[in-house]
Amino acid sequence: MRIVQGALVAVLALGFGAAQAPDAHAQEKKPGEKLKVGFVYVGPVADYGYSYQHDQSRKALAAALGDKVETSFLENVPEADSERSIESFARSGYGLVFTTSFGFMEPTLKVAKKFPKVKFEHATGYKRAPNVSTYSARFYEGRYVCGVIAGRLSKTGTLGYIASFPIPEVVSGINAFMLGAQSVNPDIKIKIVWVNTWFDPGKEAEAAKALLAQGADILSQHTDSAAPLQEAEKQGKLAFGQSSDQMRFAPKAQLTSIVDDWDSYVIGEAKAVLDGTWKSHDTWGGIKDGMVVLAPFANMPDDVKAQAEATKTAIANGTLLPFHGPVFKQDGTEAVKAGENAPDPMILGMNWYVKGIADTLPR
Amino acid sequence: MTIHGVSLDIVQMVLITIVAAATPLMIAALGELVAERAGVLNLGVEGMMVLGAAAGFAVAVETGSTLLGALAGAGAGLALSALFGLLTVVLSANQVASGLAMTILGLGLSGLVGASYVGLKRDPAPHLSVPGLTDLPGLGGLLFGQDGFVYFAFALAAGVWWFLWRTRAGLILRAIGDDHTATHALGLQVRKVRVLAVLFGGACAGLAGAYLSLSYTSFWAPAMTAGRGWIALALVVFASWNPLRAVAGALLFGGATVLQLNAQAAGLGLPGQLLSALPYLATILALVLLSLGRRQGGSLAPAALGRVFTPHR
Amino acid sequence: MRIDLTPRTNRSALMDALSPILAFLAALVVGGLVVAVMGRSPAAAFVTYFVAPLSEVWSLQEVAVKAAPLALIATGLAFCYRANIWNIGAEGQFVVGGLFGGWIGVASHGSPGDPLWVLPLMLLVGTGAGMLYGLIPALLKVRLGVSEILTSLMLVYVAELLLDYMARGPLRDPAGFNFPQSVTFDDAARLPYLMEGGTLHAGVAIALAVVVLATLVLGRTLFGFTVRVVGASPRAARFAGFSDGRLTLAVFAVSGGAAGLAGICEVAGRIGQLQPSISPGYGFTAIIVAFLGRLSPMGILVAALVIALTTIGGEGAQIDLKLPLDLTRAFQGLLLALVLGADALSRYRVRLVPGATA
Repeated sequence: MRIVQGALVAVLALGFGAAQAPDAHAQEKKPGEKLKVGFVYVGPVADYGYSYQHDQSRKALAAALGDKVETSFLENVPEADSERSIESFARSGYGLVFTTSFGFMEPTLKVAKKFPKVKFEHATGYKRAPNVSTYSARFYEGRYVCGVIAGRLSKTGTLGYIASFPIPEVVSGINAFMLGAQSVNPDIKIKIVWVNTWFDPGKEAEAAKALLAQGADILSQHTDSAAPLQEAEKQGKLAFGQSSDQMRFAPKAQLTSIVDDWDSYVIGEAKAVLDGTWKSHDTWGGIKDGMVVLAPFANMPDDVKAQAEATKTAIANGTLLPFHGPVFKQDGTEAVKAGENAPDPMILGMNWYVKGIADTLPR
Repeated sequence: MTIHGVSLDIVQMVLITIVAAATPLMIAALGELVAERAGVLNLGVEGMMVLGAAAGFAVAVETGSTLLGALAGAGAGLALSALFGLLTVVLSANQVASGLAMTILGLGLSGLVGASYVGLKRDPAPHLSVPGLTDLPGLGGLLFGQDGFVYFAFALAAGVWWFLWRTRAGLILRAIGDDHTATHALGLQVRKVRVLAVLFGGACAGLAGAYLSLSYTSFWAPAMTAGRGWIALALVVFASWNPLRAVAGALLFGGATVLQLNAQAAGLGLPGQLLSALPYLATILALVLLSLGRRQGGSLAPAALGRVFTPHR
Repeated sequence: MRIDLTPRTNRSALMDALSPILAFLAALVVGGLVVAVMGRSPAAAFVTYFVAPLSEVWSLQEVAVKAAPLALIATGLAFCYRANIWNIGAEGQFVVGGLFGGWIGVASHGSPGDPLWVLPLMLLVGTGAGMLYGLIPALLKVRLGVSEILTSLMLVYVAELLLDYMARGPLRDPAGFNFPQSVTFDDAARLPYLMEGGTLHAGVAIALAVVVLATLVLGRTLFGFTVRVVGASPRAARFAGFSDGRLTLAVFAVSGGAAGLAGICEVAGRIGQLQPSISPGYGFTAIIVAFLGRLSPMGILVAALVIALTTIGGEGAQIDLKLPLDLTRAFQGLLLALVLGADALSRYRVRLVPGATA
């Protein structure tokens, strides 16, 4: 045992001593060479939600570019311990690395600094670098359409919303949903339950039950499992899916689902790297760009379906903006003046509810 | 029917939710309670539970039978606990370390078993429906409209209580958990009883997991137990190793979450983290109160809990 | 039939050394079979898991960085476990250490001129916070006779939720678009890197120093002697006048402090800010590491390195061989179970006694 210990300590000590330039292993891509594309996921690819949807785009990339690319992924990467995972891609000759969770922001930037030749794509963050792009989707656009549908269909006049954490993306989603619902039913009410998790099927189901018990008849969720949809189906109520098309879980309950579709973005970025045209940039795509896709409208009468389609088209055309003024905050103060539109930074940092939501936003 | 504007239907729906939320905690905790009463602390409950969820769902999908799925879930938990029993009881390895190893192993195995069942759904376990009774307003659904797991959980509590306090075997089991040296000297089969208790605990944990994937949310997703195994462990302590108190505790723990979500839906907000921490704080408080209540007698825990036993001669 | 365990009277050093290696080989055989069933080459998997991470300077650093918190926590826990006192809440003490130490980092953000006192204060506060948090179950045990196993475990979740609340609420970066993380620390609040452009930070050196210190304390001091005596024979210790209560407090303070120090080293070293979650379960893994290392600091160091190695090798296997993470987890679980079992076999002579009852 002693000897083994001694040997390991010695090996480690050698490692400490021998310095080596960090970028030595980063490979410059030569024309015609395969591009290796790596993906870092915060959840399991089997979550059937956010990480699953990203992995679908990885598969789409492999299918679209065939032998020009090689893809690989790391799943369940804890955010606090992600630097190594990201760097191992950069070191194994990967030319493009997608880091798909907000918490990977600082580690991505740190690794990117060391590997200037490797391109990084960080989802939902706000810090960029010459070799780090950011991308996200305007999920709130989809939520506005959902709001319109819910406002039309609710019989009790009360909607239920299962929320994860009070970060701007979730809050702007709630607001857009409410604004959409108010556009067709000014008196609509909403009940919001924060479950403090992205993924806990049991707790999500409990939240769904609580909302349904208290009179909500249409559920929307910003958590990842299909449990709320299933619960709505069980009770003969309606609901919206999240992240992926979850129709198979609730064929009689799902109205539509806000599908994160990263396919075209991921393929486009890989192509840009292959062509040598890749540049650092920020992409915040919506329905128009095909990043936010609404699963086929179902379980609703034709006129509602038509209105939903029209709303979707208007948003895609740019004729309808969900945060078009006047938008009032809960206390009645005007957040967006009449005729104006909320600027992107306001949406990105949204930490207030719109008028008509009776709850207090947790801090 | 309403009282102070609150419809009785809402009350019943909330109660039904609480009972459903309490069921997996109850089943897993009752199993662990028996193991701990015999003196074995199994920190692998979470791993056995999640493996039971995966195996239960897989078998139910393949065979189309919820019952076979439930049995398979229990079997998977049993198999993992057999390994745990071999390590801790037969080979006298440390229980804490072995239990944690089981949790890691169970999580990994469940992912491998469940990999090809992701995204599949099946109908939830059937609920009891007695014409005339289930539809009774107020209590009908609560008493006569649950699924088999729920009734089983309550029967299990009664059974465990009866076994521990009304049978000779139960007496022996408790005696072994309190003093393995003395009971061994009396010629009792310390290790055999402990292995059986561990196996029972593992089967219960697996069954509790199967309840999650077969009834509660009828699909398989990785790590879907989301820490319920740990809550079950807390619950055993909270219940001071008494099966009937474990039922009450499970309803309380499950109820705390459900009521909190309902309070939010009703517009009463509280910091979610504080409420999530409540079961654990309540457990610590219960432990403190229990030991205050019996100052001289020390803790209520089985005295040999977690201690290694090696019969010498 | 029954199985009899008799403590080996003359434990051979060879057997001691061989048992974990044999267990490791057995785990390799099982793992290799599974890999083969999954249609991959077991040889390639072996290289990816165990050779590749040791063949590069960078990955060697990463192994050290990953092993450091495990070794640090487990070393503290060794004091507890040797004295038969069961702190299984190191994860909570780690989190609290990271939180309160990191708080200094947040509060000192933007103070001019990179003041030199920041980092020592962070380490001190982190260690102290872990220590105090560890003393809660210790006091409950000493004063009220409450089982420390259970209270320390419960407090883990309380600590995690407290950090979650703080990182999402009061300590959130005000300029961070309400995203749940604190400001990134100034350089004065970061543990320096030991190698230019590397990832090896001073926390690793701290961990090594603590391991060496712990070896000396356990082997050469009265406190270490007390711990060992109490563990080996509580009755003898009582006769010799050692106080159970004071020892419980002391070992909880030591292990809580070590875990807290590991927490703040992770926050000030690798992470550099506060996040809702700062530990991928180091406090729990460290319990296993402590036993794999047979509760000796040097053994713990080796065990921590092995666990770190399989984790990093497992990532390589995901990238290069597309082997699922769950396989790595299952392999780790199996390896731990086998080592624990083999250890027992080296401590006891196992005899099958036909026909007798146990």
